[in-house]
Amino acid sequence: MKKTIRILRRKSPGDDPYYEDHVYETEAENATVATALMHIAGQTDLAWEHSCLQKKCGACAMVIDHQPALACDTPLKSCKGEIVTVEPLKKFPVIRDLLVDRTVLNDTLREMRIYAEKTTVDHKEAERDTVCREETVYEASRCLQCGLCLEICPNYYPGGVFAGMAAMAPAAGKLAGKGRDELAETYRKRVYEGCGKSLACRDICPAGLDMDRLLSRSNRAVKRKGVKRK
Amino acid sequence: MPETERSVINIIGAGLAGLSAALELGKAGIPCRLISAQTSERAQSNLAEGGINACLDVMGEEDHVSEHFADTVRGGCDLADPNMVAGMCAAAPGIIRELSEYGVPFQRENGRMIQRNFGGQKKKRTAYVKSSTGKMITTTLIEAVRRYECEGLTGRFSHHLFQDIILSEGKCVGVSVYDPYRGKLLRLPGEVIIACGGINGFFSGKTTGTTANTGNAAALLFSRGVQMADLEMIQYHPTTVQIPGKRLLVSEAARGEGGRLFYRDNAGNPCYFMEEKYGASGNLMPRDVVAREMLMCGREVFLDLRALSAHIWEKRLSDLREELIHYLALDPKSEPVPVSPGIHFFMGGIRVNEEHRSNIPGLYAAGECACAYHGANRLGGNSLLGAIYGGKIAAESALKDSRSHAETVLPLSEDGVTDDGSGRVTDLSGLLFRSLPVLRTQEQMQEGLEAMLAEKAAAEKNGRLDRARLLLAEAILRSALVRKESRGAHSVREYPGRAEALQRITTAQYINGAVETGFEELPVLRDEWKTVLSEGFDGGGAI
Repeated sequence: MKKTIRILRRKSPGDDPYYEDHVYETEAENATVATALMHIAGQTDLAWEHSCLQKKCGACAMVIDHQPALACDTPLKSCKGEIVTVEPLKKFPVIRDLLVDRTVLNDTLREMRIYAEKTTVDHKEAERDTVCREETVYEASRCLQCGLCLEICPNYYPGGVFAGMAAMAPAAGKLAGKGRDELAETYRKRVYEGCGKSLACRDICPAGLDMDRLLSRSNRAVKRKGVKRK
Repeated sequence: MPETERSVINIIGAGLAGLSAALELGKAGIPCRLISAQTSERAQSNLAEGGINACLDVMGEEDHVSEHFADTVRGGCDLADPNMVAGMCAAAPGIIRELSEYGVPFQRENGRMIQRNFGGQKKKRTAYVKSSTGKMITTTLIEAVRRYECEGLTGRFSHHLFQDIILSEGKCVGVSVYDPYRGKLLRLPGEVIIACGGINGFFSGKTTGTTANTGNAAALLFSRGVQMADLEMIQYHPTTVQIPGKRLLVSEAARGEGGRLFYRDNAGNPCYFMEEKYGASGNLMPRDVVAREMLMCGREVFLDLRALSAHIWEKRLSDLREELIHYLALDPKSEPVPVSPGIHFFMGGIRVNEEHRSNIPGLYAAGECACAYHGANRLGGNSLLGAIYGGKIAAESALKDSRSHAETVLPLSEDGVTDDGSGRVTDLSGLLFRSLPVLRTQEQMQEGLEAMLAEKAAAEKNGRLDRARLLLAEAILRSALVRKESRGAHSVREYPGRAEALQRITTAQYINGAVETGFEELPVLRDEWKTVLSEGFDGGGAI
């Protein structure tokens, strides 16, 4: 297999971006964009973030052939053209080449006070409820914090109130539990009221999070908690 | 206490060990900096699959903490410090309880937590969440620590690379880190806990771990005189598969839930070789044993999961199945999975004592970067436990010491950036991998060392990071050469049996410009632990 990897590079945030082509040839049928980038980075000073290479960490999020994707989750043979265009995510500040600053992801969760505290649950007594709650927590905890959902979202923009699905998923896990009623208000403001239900995030999520279910459970929890507060 | 006098503890690494340390400090109201090359979501802890061990005795098998202790010591081929293992095993039930209270959705049936079989353990002692246990626990601890971020106690320094420890009169008084986003070098005072993970970067592309674990921090620390131990003990996990750029782990949970290893004989019939040799539980022998037996088959080995029930696939291994379908285009429900051993864990590392103190005062280590609980072979399910327990103990020790000096004045230094994150270093992977396979020979290792020394001579003018990495690589090979026996993950053809005289810790240290190796005696189990182990340990009631 032979592909031209066309990378949008930039030396620093203030510099002009430019495309650079690299021919990548491999015998490996299952080679991915990440494999190609590792090869190219070995020969150049290309900057990009990578870690697990098996779509479990979200590090290598970028824009591949105009679609947000994880490089390790994009087989080269799935890229239709001879030229594969690779660009940094656009909704995060570019540091260099494909490296972007995603600090905003954790900053938002901190602002929204989405944190865990100890609670004791009587698992036996509340069995049905527990199963339901734990399924939600499991699903919510699978979020990679990669940022692809924010990149594709028509409603999310940097600096806006709407925090997007990267905040909705972790919030869903917290809203599923008892207490933390104050989260309901934050959620309403920063997720519920801003989401236009395009659900583009559902199709792009590399972890395949069940956004429909998480959203509807969170919305229901918010209503319940809201009623209780009054 | 005014801000200038308040001691802030530095944690290098934001995986499970680092998060556990930060949580412990947060609970104590002590400020810390959580410093990492990437965010916690990118840490290797997220990849851990099968589970976490603790004697909860919920499976009706009359499990006992002394059995967790005995299995861990035996699995580690009597090379782990027994006092450290006893401490970890005794604390394990409390750790699971706390994780559950923080929200980890451990697998339950009828509201009751359940545990699964795992390699090298006689009882069902592994608590789990499908085969995503590491991801679930890491997410939960990220969220638990975030509470202290909200309170301003825990400072997140993501995208910061470790450069050096700052020494003053033989003590570690701070750390220098580099922020490649802003091109800034920071010198931060305070105790330093190293939780930087295993040295995957010394075996690039050959491990199940992450590329983020470069081994750079370990190498730089070694070059500063930090003592290492048991560096030759490198675990090959029996069931891994090659995917682009790395080895993909097929969780031990697959065998814990009934998976069987076989090869096809000349007539094409399956030979379940582990069961034939070791009996019904043969597939769950410790990892070092299984990996060796697989190689000795001399044929392609398969993992047979076809007999697993629909309930197990749906409730306990759905994620593993999805992964195999995605990466191998193979459904394990109907087809056997071709597997072979791959590097998975480093038992050796920074030598620490029971308090997780290194040989340098003010410097602590926990998690995979430290040599602590696993001896010559780690049991599945003990890595998550060791990381969490170790991080907690390291934090407690740093906390005790930090009270003794409220203010630290850093000595002046002209050190610059040694690791800018570009990753351009001499590639030692091929050389080390060839020298240290599952079954090793003295000749291979000697050749490896000579090639390494030639590289080292040629690299004299290279940067400090490159030279440090060569020193650590030399230490790994020298440690392997001096252990003239076969024990756990270290199997040497010329020395097939265990040598009683070598039931000692291999040490390696860079002293006076040379890498020196030696052996040190293992501590004996103290009476207080003997009492705990004989009487049992109250896990604190129902879970």
